[in-house]
Amino acid sequence: MSLKLIKQALNGKRPLSRMWRHHDLKESYDVVIIGGGGHGLACAYYLAKEHGITNVAVAEKHYIGAGGSGRNTAIVRSNYLTPAGVRFYDESLKLYEQMSVEFDFNVMLSQRGHLTLAHSDGAMRTMRRRAEVNLLEGGESSVIGPDKIKKLCPPLDVSDHPRYPILGALYHPRGGIMRHDAVVWGYAHHADRMGVHIHQLTEATGIEVQNGKVTGVQTNRGFIKTGMVHNATAGWSSIIADMAGVKLPITTYPLQALVTEPLKPFLDVVIVSGSLHVYISQSDRGELVMGASVDPYASYSMRGSLGFTEGLAGHMLELFPSLSHVRVMRQWAGLCDMTPDYSQIMGFTPVEGFVVDVGWGTYGFKATPSAGKRMAELIATNETPEMIRPFRLARFYENDPVGEKGAASVEK
Amino acid sequence: MIQIDCPNCGMRNVNEFRFGGEYNPRPKEMMNVSNEEWADYVFLRENKVGVQKEWWYHRAGCGLWFLAERHTKTNKVESAYLWD
Repeated sequence: MSLKLIKQALNGKRPLSRMWRHHDLKESYDVVIIGGGGHGLACAYYLAKEHGITNVAVAEKHYIGAGGSGRNTAIVRSNYLTPAGVRFYDESLKLYEQMSVEFDFNVMLSQRGHLTLAHSDGAMRTMRRRAEVNLLEGGESSVIGPDKIKKLCPPLDVSDHPRYPILGALYHPRGGIMRHDAVVWGYAHHADRMGVHIHQLTEATGIEVQNGKVTGVQTNRGFIKTGMVHNATAGWSSIIADMAGVKLPITTYPLQALVTEPLKPFLDVVIVSGSLHVYISQSDRGELVMGASVDPYASYSMRGSLGFTEGLAGHMLELFPSLSHVRVMRQWAGLCDMTPDYSQIMGFTPVEGFVVDVGWGTYGFKATPSAGKRMAELIATNETPEMIRPFRLARFYENDPVGEKGAASVEK
Repeated sequence: MIQIDCPNCGMRNVNEFRFGGEYNPRPKEMMNVSNEEWADYVFLRENKVGVQKEWWYHRAGCGLWFLAERHTKTNKVESAYLWD
């Protein structure tokens, strides 16, 4: 418990009534960030904190964290497959590890361990490769067998009875879950205190480009003059990019998730099965949070489907037969901006002053701090940081895709 | 749950079909396009909100690849027809 909390309890002073303030739109800003989710707010935070750029507006069409930042399943990890991916996500995980102290605000990070199950020889080979890449890049993970898996997670069926028996797993001790809303609020609060303007219910409706340069953003609350627009809108990024005349290699798919009724604590690791396309963790409230792969067809609809629930339940019962009588409480969907190589697109576009941090597909939440930090660096220095060079938009024209098959929830 | 009117089989549940991506015609003179135009064709997508022309495959039915026009926000399938 923080000292601040004890002080407030003793002297009867209420904590801050407002985490961030409301402002009128200014006529112009140095940087306008479209999208008030984790990525956009983190970028605003690092622009102010590390580069002293505080004349920044974050324009969010809904309330902050209404999109993917509040819809993901809150899993953090860094055990990816490509060296570029591991380096990037590991920086992100380290920033998450310091976040509660940095914000003086509990983001409830619980590094309970993360298991990626393998059900085939091919999957075992991939796990070994991932473990080696992780070892080289500092991601810390190892391959373990069914005995150790059973010890870490007793309710899991590790016998040879299921259709796809568990042969082993990639164990990543630093992986875990955290509270995704707190991440958004923490960044918003501290960005606000350093002078960033957070504009909720402010929808970008157009981007003005003159002679290949951005000159402003039209919103439902008025026009903003600016020379730098940052697109951090995840599932909606193609629409925003289109306003600036930029076409992206992105297709938007819904990703569904659900929670069950609360149970007593029995699952203290995160279980993922790439082959069965399911993942599960138990929240602090006792609910089981589950997800599967993206929907089978592209859409901007955020409606749930019975096909998803059925498919997920079938696969989940293969892993946890004991969950057969647990009821589903609610389900929802978020929009994922999928790229051809399952990797994000970060950096400059052919339009000067229009940068993107998009293509985050199913892996955006765990990347939030690092994505914000590196995009802030890119905007402040006008150069692509080495760390995110592999993720530039131009890679598709240079025959240099990333190919991150360690990403979650990808079907093909 | 959406339904698609397969040109061969009539109205069927979407689960019988496989989505084939948005309609993205190949450049006409394939041998003469620049690398950049080819990359545009291979990777870039409209990904729009609204009625989109797209490919579908009747996987669990007649095996036909056909085109459909579907609204990407409501998922309502406006029409389905053969490619020509």
